[in-house]
Amino acid sequence: MVPEVEFTSYYGRAIVKPPPWGDLIASYLFLGGVAGGSGLLAFGAQLTGRKLLCRNARLGAIAAVSIGGAALVADLGRPDRFYNMLRTIKPTSPMSIGSWILTAYSGGMGVAAVSEIDRLTRNRLPLGPFRGLLSFAEPVGGAVAAAFGPPLAAYTAVLLSDTANPTWNAAHRDLPFVFVSSASLAASGLAMVTTPTRETRPARVLAVIGVAGDLIGTRWMERRMDPVAAEPLHQGRPGTLLRWSERLAAAGGFGALLLGGHRLPAALAGIALLGASACTRFGILEAGINSAKDPRYTIEPQRRRLEERRAAGITDDSITTVG
Amino acid sequence: MVNSWNPVRGGWAHELSGPTDPATDSGWTEHEARRGFFTDTSICIGCKACEVACKEWNRNPRDGDLELTGWSYDNTQGLGASTWRHVAFIEQDAARVEQARESGRRLVDLGMPRIGAPTADAPVDRTPPDTAEFRWLMASDVCKHCTHAGCLDVCPTGALFRTEFGSVVVQPDVCNGCGTCVAGCPFGVIERRSDGTAAPTTREGERKGEQPKVPRRGVAQKCTLCYDRLVDGQTPACAKTCPTTSIKFGEHAELVAAARDRVRELHEQGMPEARLYGANELDGVGGTGSVFLLLDEPEVYGLPPDPRVPTADLQVMFRRAGFAAAGMVAAAVVAFVGGGR
Repeated sequence: MVPEVEFTSYYGRAIVKPPPWGDLIASYLFLGGVAGGSGLLAFGAQLTGRKLLCRNARLGAIAAVSIGGAALVADLGRPDRFYNMLRTIKPTSPMSIGSWILTAYSGGMGVAAVSEIDRLTRNRLPLGPFRGLLSFAEPVGGAVAAAFGPPLAAYTAVLLSDTANPTWNAAHRDLPFVFVSSASLAASGLAMVTTPTRETRPARVLAVIGVAGDLIGTRWMERRMDPVAAEPLHQGRPGTLLRWSERLAAAGGFGALLLGGHRLPAALAGIALLGASACTRFGILEAGINSAKDPRYTIEPQRRRLEERRAAGITDDSITTVG
Repeated sequence: MVNSWNPVRGGWAHELSGPTDPATDSGWTEHEARRGFFTDTSICIGCKACEVACKEWNRNPRDGDLELTGWSYDNTQGLGASTWRHVAFIEQDAARVEQARESGRRLVDLGMPRIGAPTADAPVDRTPPDTAEFRWLMASDVCKHCTHAGCLDVCPTGALFRTEFGSVVVQPDVCNGCGTCVAGCPFGVIERRSDGTAAPTTREGERKGEQPKVPRRGVAQKCTLCYDRLVDGQTPACAKTCPTTSIKFGEHAELVAAARDRVRELHEQGMPEARLYGANELDGVGGTGSVFLLLDEPEVYGLPPDPRVPTADLQVMFRRAGFAAAGMVAAAVVAFVGGGR
């Protein structure tokens, strides 16, 4: 029998601090996902000879990763020192690992995208002697981007969860599954917007799998979280965003499944999917920020787990001791 | 150890959680004895000399707009980028005092780690200011300098580092202000200066509502355990100035022993509510460098009741992310191979 958790605080003041992350970081979470998923789609298209899908996914990916990377740098307290992240590799820092994943991905996708742009502009890029090299480097770049795409989509979940933030940390087991699903459906959505239906069938299949993963994954994640730590996911603006994420994902998923063969409905479904992913990212980010602003979300889950351990006879691992 | 990261030190799991020597883990082959604070809140008089000495020595700018909070005598509110010592004031009536004592007795009854046999509550010797009807708790909070420091673990630039004294320090010229450490700290200590989420005024000047020019803007800042003083063999400014020795500085092992003695002493004086915070190396952060003696539950002082360094679960998180990424690849393979034209 675990006693009821009683809640006291220091004048209602928050215990943990929210990180100074806002819309720029949420945008990066979204765009990084779009890029990660597009890396896979572009590589699949590259291997199966879907030239338009390949081109559009690559161009979408490089745009997403460029804007996202710029957002990341702009959000720093000292943007002029962004390169300090690339002066070390720290396995304990998801941000460090992520910087390297992002760098490797951007390198690969950059090469692939430059090839596409060169082809589009009929060899007008000033590449000089490197044009010859590019024909060899292009497929390799596409492969590198595909290899680092899924890690790019997944690491941001670890970045959020590897914190003392009550909501993000409580989601640490399942948030990666939500994020890769969201990335898959968003990248597929972008492909459905940009590419004629004759080449987007794989994207539509990936979209449906992504929607299923997103809807099931989010529910499963919330069920396994501490009920109090999960509350901010349902309240205020994050609550609204996450409800819309669910609706848009479902609508986009059905659209892709049933009407994906028609150009206009497919594009509309694609927009819905992109919107769903954006809502997920902004919602999860804001829910975590909110959870850090109220001491209840820190104290109640911690009290509960402490009391549960004590009730189970584990009394040697508390930070509070009597001697 | 299955995950042999460093064959010399035999595995690296102990670098993420559990009892360990943090300076050795950080690669110091020869290092000083671990230093820390023991803040005995039972003899704090709330003079805030520690806050002032810290601000002066570290040249920390003002926080916010100098508002009056109505929280007893606490207008500082909490630790932050420019406030590295914070004195909390809590006013309690007889019922709250009895509640605190009850929770203290419960801790003793749990048979939590302690030295010596539990002693029965002796007749109460209520010397002022501890009166029967009312008491005023004052406690000087500071960075915990955790054995497993979340801020340091998640820092992507190496700006945060472990000193030879076992403390955790930011190098302001390396930090790029990403803010990950702010989220990584289970105690809400470290903060990005000036343009963080709770931005103080940007009006510059010396009058109320204005702020003198802020140094080290945009980078993470927190208590350094006065690293610059330590390397010179000096005591940190707060401990040096504390008039009641409520803040003690010294070798960590000795401080923890002294803290345990002090709890026993207070229990014998009829204060079963006395307890230690951070003195247990089996806790969620591997014990803290700054140990506190509290007279009520931690959350009453604004401290988390069961903090856990987030990186303790890092292996689980990376493994789950790996599964998720593999699942994404599998979905793409299904989409292209099984999807047909």
